Amino acid sequence: MITYAIVFAFACFGFGLLGTLWRMLAGPTVADRILALDTMVINFIALIILYGIWQGTAIYFEASMLIAMVGFVSTVAFCRFILRGDIIE
Amino acid sequence: MDHDLTLLPEILVSVFLVIGGLFGLVGSIGFLRLRDTMQRLHAPTKATTLGVGGVLIGSMLYFVMVEGRVSFHELLITLFLFLTAPITANFIAKTHMQAKLQEKDLPPSGGKYGWAVYDAPPGEENDPGR
Amino acid sequence: MLSRLFPHPVLSLTLTIVWLALVNKVTLGNLFLGAVFGVTIPVLTAPYWPNRPTLRAPLMALEYVFIVLWDIIVANVVVAAIVLFKRNDAIHSRWVVVPLDLTSAEAITVLAGTVTMTPGTVSTTLAADGSALLVHALHTDDPDEVRDHIKSRYERRLKEIFG
Repeated sequence: MITYAIVFAFACFGFGLLGTLWRMLAGPTVADRILALDTMVINFIALIILYGIWQGTAIYFEASMLIAMVGFVSTVAFCRFILRGDIIE
Repeated sequence: MDHDLTLLPEILVSVFLVIGGLFGLVGSIGFLRLRDTMQRLHAPTKATTLGVGGVLIGSMLYFVMVEGRVSFHELLITLFLFLTAPITANFIAKTHMQAKLQEKDLPPSGGKYGWAVYDAPPGEENDPGR
Repeated sequence: MLSRLFPHPVLSLTLTIVWLALVNKVTLGNLFLGAVFGVTIPVLTAPYWPNRPTLRAPLMALEYVFIVLWDIIVANVVVAAIVLFKRNDAIHSRWVVVPLDLTSAEAITVLAGTVTMTPGTVSTTLAADGSALLVHALHTDDPDEVRDHIKSRYERRLKEIFG
């Protein structure tokens, strides 16, 4: 049963990833694109963790934690760049 | 895959995974179909974050109840995502307001000073850095 | 002397626990390393937080966390229903201005984060002097009700917690 649940969640987040990719390409505003990137990172974390359960190994958690941190910092950096034209003042 | 499980943990983990997947899907659907940027901000910040939270809790339960080892990493990731989601949302909203909205599109703040995106804080009105 | 060494005991404790969770193995060596981080990082970063917030009522803070967690779940069901079952032109989005009674920066930050995570609202910006919060509501026909809800459910509690 867990196998089916994992496949279902895989499908959901996979669709989510495609949807956000479409939104990132379509825009129309800069804020939309940044939000799409941020959501893509979150969907990606979910996919990695699902893969970890599928394989029965905990080794992917470190990877997903690093991706979560890098994703947050890059979103903030993008926003600051758009807001101020500079990242570190 | 050969999972040797008792029934209860299996159901519990599956429920969390399915709920997480559904919320992730709802977040993306909302992101795709809502009309303007401010509306679109609502769906991913809330639904997708909760979706990942559901998957992480499912994963934690799986590793504790099925594999029998305790892992705090999921808890840390969940905490991190829940703490950073409001901050990213706020930043993106500000970016959008500065790029696309005028002060006249928004309701007045009701105080002496306008909204911080457009108006300098008290004492820094003449700061050339702004 | 002791307050020079431990300027922020709660932060020290949090750092130690987070380090242990990161390493995912509780051994004496890891505990020691975590404690070293817990002592040095607050000392090194002390200039960045000159006025430390004080928690008046830790139990209230715990209650607040649970209320917010519950509201996050409810909020998501509400938002999901709006997203899935409402036609686009039936969604009435509004700006809501919430005048603030809170003054400390930390309390306002917590309030803004809470508002973002809970029922159909995203906090966007503050008035330049911090006297009001601008909130975007996904679907509401009564902005005053949203404002009163935020003020009575969250701000009142935060005022008691941060004093």
